Amino acid sequence: MKEDKHVLSILVDNQPGVLSRISGLFSGRGYNIESLCVAETTDPLVSRVTIVTKAELPIIEQIEKQLNKLINVIKVNDFTDKKYVAREMALIKVQAKQEDRADILRIVDIFRCKVIDVSQEHYTLEVTGNEEKMSAILNLLKPIGIKEIARTGVIALFREPK
Amino acid sequence: MKLTGAQILIKSLKDENVDTIFGYPGGAVIDIYDELDKEDIKHILVRHEQGAVHAADGYSRASNKVGVCLVTSGPGATNTVTGIASAYMDSIPIVVITGQVPSNLIGNDAFQEVDIVGITRPCTKHNYLIKHAEDLAKTIKEAFYIASSGRPGPVLIDIPKDVSNAVVNYKAPEKVKMRSYNPTYSPNMKQLKRVVTLIKNAKKPVIFAGGGVILSGASKELTELAIKTQTPVTGSLMGLGGFPGTDPLWLGMLGMHGTYRANMSIGECDLLIATGVRFDDRVTGKIDSFAPQAKIVHIDIDPTSIYKNVSVAVPVVGDCKITLAALNNLLEEKDFKDVKSKRQKWLDKIQEWQETSPLAYTQKDIIKPQFVIEKLYELTKGNAIITTEVGQNQMWAAQYYHFNKPNHFITSGGLGCMGFGLPAAIGAQTACPDQTVVDIAGDGSIQMNIQELATAMQFCLPVKVVILNNGYLGMVRQWQELFYEKRYACTNMEHAPDFVKLAEAYGAMGLRATKPEEVEEVLLKGLSSKTTVVMDFVVEREESVYPMVPAGAPITEMLLV
Repeated sequence: MKEDKHVLSILVDNQPGVLSRISGLFSGRGYNIESLCVAETTDPLVSRVTIVTKAELPIIEQIEKQLNKLINVIKVNDFTDKKYVAREMALIKVQAKQEDRADILRIVDIFRCKVIDVSQEHYTLEVTGNEEKMSAILNLLKPIGIKEIARTGVIALFREPK
Repeated sequence: MKLTGAQILIKSLKDENVDTIFGYPGGAVIDIYDELDKEDIKHILVRHEQGAVHAADGYSRASNKVGVCLVTSGPGATNTVTGIASAYMDSIPIVVITGQVPSNLIGNDAFQEVDIVGITRPCTKHNYLIKHAEDLAKTIKEAFYIASSGRPGPVLIDIPKDVSNAVVNYKAPEKVKMRSYNPTYSPNMKQLKRVVTLIKNAKKPVIFAGGGVILSGASKELTELAIKTQTPVTGSLMGLGGFPGTDPLWLGMLGMHGTYRANMSIGECDLLIATGVRFDDRVTGKIDSFAPQAKIVHIDIDPTSIYKNVSVAVPVVGDCKITLAALNNLLEEKDFKDVKSKRQKWLDKIQEWQETSPLAYTQKDIIKPQFVIEKLYELTKGNAIITTEVGQNQMWAAQYYHFNKPNHFITSGGLGCMGFGLPAAIGAQTACPDQTVVDIAGDGSIQMNIQELATAMQFCLPVKVVILNNGYLGMVRQWQELFYEKRYACTNMEHAPDFVKLAEAYGAMGLRATKPEEVEEVLLKGLSSKTTVVMDFVVEREESVYPMVPAGAPITEMLLV
């Protein structure tokens, strides 16, 4: 059976220890987490956890049921095969020697990202986009020299009917 | 009303109708014990915290109430973990209250501090660290609700010392309402109608009943279904007693040490109605060969149980009792008028299997463990509450004590926890003071919590311990004999205490039988005594449990005697 990537959006009680229950469930049962994002929603009592995981379909179903079984989990949505928007974000500190600066700024322009910090030797770029865009820009910047990178996981929401 | 945290805790427990607590005091729970002592809640002082949890477990299983235990922080809390894990695997509703170091010391590596909420997260249904005494009443109400509703399970509440002695305004909690927890009790009727069709068309149906039947109290409904549709019934270890063990439709236990006819009937059935089970590997054997010709109906209150191990034709999420009652309502008498003649061929086939290979042993000069259990069954007329340790003793108890009623077989099924039987018997005896409670033990496992004999004596609990003493860790020895060319690595318990003298040292009665003709006499004397009794039966050393399905083999491929 094929292992597919699934984006799960989980509404949980905004309480200490809830994230540990979720990550513990994944590690204890041998499921994998590719990325994970958590933040409060507009309701301060509720947080949204977005997890990207990869597994065969029966395992995905089991993951969703196990998540639902956790007392602090309010709702689990699997975005896969549904209409949704997803983004991730990265801060990339790239080496910016005099001769490369123009190249970097061109890339920034093409990818519609921002330079948010400048020093003698470095630019720090802020990039948002889907996974493809992320890997595309990283591929272009790699030869120039990436010093450091900080990436979020995927966050996602359903698309509303048009 | 101003109350201390400890007072609120005790009041909340009384509001939940708690009349018995199993526990062990310590620094972090002194304030709670100080209040507890003023109230009319019975406290059973165990000799080890693991015993407290097993006792609460046994109490719960014998009484269908929530078992409660109370222990201190640090080692008191960590000692409960095995018991909690056992209750979790078997879905037993217990509430474990642990003391914690004062809030300002949490995370400080303080004396007797452990993160018990972190430690027990994967083996509790839910757990809490209480930070404010104001939250106590609501949390305790919620904990009891969670423990006993849906698929039951253990809930742990960790209470820092400063929370128990804080003085706060007490407000009675409202009804529990949780947006994130709503178990499904009533089955989907569309699914049930599909089950009805399957039952009507089945030629070789089998019902497979598990612990869910006991937990939801569905024995009556299960029996009605089986008799109405003339469907033979098998059970998991946890399901024993859910269907009368002496009924002609009873097949015996299923699985690794299941009866020949039960295992064979799974191989050949065309419909398997599984209710309140989770298809544990000890039941299914090789999963691809499990019930290969059957359409499987799976009824369970826990959606995660369904499709976890086997694929099913009709999944039904619901409480066993409610679901089976609804199913019985849908099955019309007229459709099953001539069911007896229609089933005859299938029942004959099962009878044939029974005759080919019944449970059997030969009693010669040395006591056979099976003989002890059969005698025990006979002398107690099948009415005793039986707890077991884990291993051969547990399997022989399951095979040879024919449980006719639910809540009479109390065993650590999922976790397989040695040392369970004696404290569980203490819990069961506390819940049912007028019943005969017998712990069927091995010489290995009894030594894991034998200190609880002191508890039984202190609280005048006349539990009877039957030790099947073979001087080996018998189940592992059996595997070594069968699969490791008789290399008995470290399973020979060469030195054991003299159990009779040990019993006497505790003030209990100690009896011993070394010859078959002494078995009945010892049992009669022990069972009729009003005190705690340890009966040491010196049995055949290398007796094995049969039938046996080697791990990973199809359940129809059994090693027979």
